[in-house]
Amino acid sequence: MNTNANQPTKNDEKNFLVKEVVARHQHSKGALIPVLHEIQERYGYLPVEIQEKVAKEMNISQAEVFGVISFYSHFATKPAGKYRISVCMGTACYVKGAGSVLDKLKEKLHVKVGQTTEDGAFTLEECRCLGCCGLAPVLTVNGKVYGRLTIEDVDTILESYKNDGGIA
Amino acid sequence: MKTIAELEAIRKRTLDEISMRTDEESVRIVIGMATCGIAAGARTVMTAFLDEIQKRNIHNVHVSATGCIGVCRLEPIVDVIDKDGNKTTYVHMTPEKAAKVVVEHIANGKICVEYTLPENK
Amino acid sequence: MQFFRSHILVCGGTGCTSSDSAKIIEELDKLLVDKKLDKEIKVVQTGCFGLCEQGPIMVVYPEGTMYCKVKVTDVAEFVEEHLIKGRIVTRLLEKSSDVKDGEYAIEKSSFFKKQLRIALRNCGVINPELIDEYIAFDGYKALIKALTEMKPDEIIETIKKSGLRGRGGGGYPTGSKWEFAAKQDNDQKYVCCNADEGDPGAFMDRSVLEGDPHSIIEAMIIAGYAIGANYGFVYVRAEYPIAVKRLQIAIEQAREYGLLGDNILGTGVKFDLEIRLGAGAFVCGEETALMTSIEGKRGEPRVRPPYPAEKGLWQKPTILNNVETLANIPMILLKGPEWFASMGTEKSKGTKVFAIGGKINNTGLVEIPMGTTLREVIYDIGGGIPGGKKFKAAQTGGPSGGCIPASHIDTPIDYESLIELGSMMGSGGLIVMDEDTCMVDIAKFFLEFTVDESCGKCTPCRLGTRRMMEILDKITKGRGKMSDLDELETLARDIKAASLCALGQTAPNPILSTLRYFRDEYEAHIRDHRCPAGSCKSLLSYEVTEDKCIRCGLCAKNCPVNAITGSKKDEIPFVVDQDICIKCGVCYQKCPVDAITK
Repeated sequence: MNTNANQPTKNDEKNFLVKEVVARHQHSKGALIPVLHEIQERYGYLPVEIQEKVAKEMNISQAEVFGVISFYSHFATKPAGKYRISVCMGTACYVKGAGSVLDKLKEKLHVKVGQTTEDGAFTLEECRCLGCCGLAPVLTVNGKVYGRLTIEDVDTILESYKNDGGIA
Repeated sequence: MKTIAELEAIRKRTLDEISMRTDEESVRIVIGMATCGIAAGARTVMTAFLDEIQKRNIHNVHVSATGCIGVCRLEPIVDVIDKDGNKTTYVHMTPEKAAKVVVEHIANGKICVEYTLPENK
Repeated sequence: MQFFRSHILVCGGTGCTSSDSAKIIEELDKLLVDKKLDKEIKVVQTGCFGLCEQGPIMVVYPEGTMYCKVKVTDVAEFVEEHLIKGRIVTRLLEKSSDVKDGEYAIEKSSFFKKQLRIALRNCGVINPELIDEYIAFDGYKALIKALTEMKPDEIIETIKKSGLRGRGGGGYPTGSKWEFAAKQDNDQKYVCCNADEGDPGAFMDRSVLEGDPHSIIEAMIIAGYAIGANYGFVYVRAEYPIAVKRLQIAIEQAREYGLLGDNILGTGVKFDLEIRLGAGAFVCGEETALMTSIEGKRGEPRVRPPYPAEKGLWQKPTILNNVETLANIPMILLKGPEWFASMGTEKSKGTKVFAIGGKINNTGLVEIPMGTTLREVIYDIGGGIPGGKKFKAAQTGGPSGGCIPASHIDTPIDYESLIELGSMMGSGGLIVMDEDTCMVDIAKFFLEFTVDESCGKCTPCRLGTRRMMEILDKITKGRGKMSDLDELETLARDIKAASLCALGQTAPNPILSTLRYFRDEYEAHIRDHRCPAGSCKSLLSYEVTEDKCIRCGLCAKNCPVNAITGSKKDEIPFVVDQDICIKCGVCYQKCPVDAITK
């Protein structure tokens, strides 16, 4: 994912992006979800202005667009923090203690699941099984996997990003 | 677009390349590659085997390295194990001898007695 | 043709990639060039070998030596020892391998010995990004046979005779589904593949897509020919980027070879397909919801009948098969229905892939004949429970399934036996639980999942699951009443009976099955305010057992809130102040003599 995409771009850039993506998908049936996937991939999230433009370009109501966005947890209407921490809450991770890892993160970051820290550095998320159950419990930070976690590892991982300043 | 015949040709060709990953019976050439073997020139022997097999487009042969066989004075030592598990040991191998073993033994099933252990001669 | 004396297969599945297998491949490639071995040894990235616990996995052919937990720093030693000197690096071997003829073969390890790999036949054997390697191992041979030697109804008859049943959950006979769709008279029909693998802890479909994507494409073309459909969709979770990428590559290669398109292999048959990404909604694994989602709408299920085989995507006849089901199809056509039906039990034929995880030594993916017992899976293949703990239960079927207690460990696994035990096959997640797992907490965990994932369309599921979760929450916090248990059972029965789709209909299963086998645990929470597994935080209190304590002070030193006081020097016993304690469990973990109880 393009992590620089979170900064607001100019209006015509947004227009262009939406037009271009919609045009490429216009011949396929049921294109709304693939269109939203691609725009989110490139823009980072799906704010109201984008939703309006998608509705207009695809000639459907804005309610329909928002209805789909709000139904699927993958689509975000707010920008995420610089580092997205996803704790796997699959069964294998859960029975191996993912719950306490998540609790520790909540406590350290002072946020609930789905929220971003005030400084915009970290977004805390839960995710469904990532499928690397052999490494349980697992979390990812911007896609980088940390496995066989203990509660103590949480501090080390957070510190490495705080000190680092850039993406590892 | 490929035809069915072309697809079958691809199947045969690729299977030759990757057959070593299946249990299929094949001839194994095992080269002693411990320190003593390498010092005696086992690397060049192995390269010679690989070149010759490729040149003659021979299939179902595996070439692998093994550790010290224990008779350092006879190095480089090469074992050829046929499909039925019969083992022939070649000693004091050279790249030239390797090429000949491929032609005679691997391709035509004739053991090169002159390169085997002295007592066989 | 380039002759390579050795192939090094490195697992590129999600599990091993997460522990840096891509860097191992990079390092291997670099060292092979440095040592001038790159012309004689080939590095191949494959799909999942299944033994994820031991990852990253590397297998060296022709010997078949399997190396485990390989680190980038091990690569240099491996190249020097194994590739140059021919000496096996024994410290990196899988522990259970038997030594024979000085070789350590992958097939001989106890993890693989009892397995029978059909759906996973190519995983960990071929490079999934090369169509030629798939073709080499009989790939697209079944398609050629189907298109040139078989009529559509003969294919359907073959699948019916094989006894193949859907591997995604319900176990509906695949052949009958195809037959129903084939009988529909319609100008447009569709074939869909369900790769929206949402059950937490199940990852076999992902592994097939990552390790053998062409087998799915081949099966879908065969299905299309059999029912008269010329277009297909594969609906994959967006959380599986590697699987999506490999499938995309495979589709492009198949098009290039003329295996997809308007005139497949010159036979005049037409079929093409595309990938649709899920967007994080578990309910979309349900067949009608999945189709609504492909149509670009909110993925809510609809009432059946009409079944999708009659009115599916855009109201056209559609068949939907799960990934693992499809992976079996080419083999059935090639080896015949009798071969397939000779494996398994009376009503469940063939094999099933299970993702075993949780409290087990060999976490990973295993494929076993139907009818294998749970004991064989857990102890012989899975290597037992870590730390010598006792096996308590196995959870199958994810949020729709239930828990099988230790007393039923010798049950042969098939569709019927699992349903009899109050669980279900589901997609094949098998989570092992030991004595430290609280069954009430597990039931609550699954209910939280279904509450979160209920699409909200029908009331029994939307509100009913929430009420059940609230009751469970109360119980795990020690505020439950005995009458809550009856309440739970009533609610569960009502939700099962009244929900619209399978998500709601099966959501109460985790509660019903744990109530059936572990009612005493529920009662202990309610009556004694005690969690027998020592897992529910609100009911715990950490205490120091004085006569075991050696007064080392480690607990007090590590306590994050200074709740533990005591002194060795002044001979003051260590005690935990329950008012300050946050029940984090650090003292319990740190104590060297197990003097802390919970």
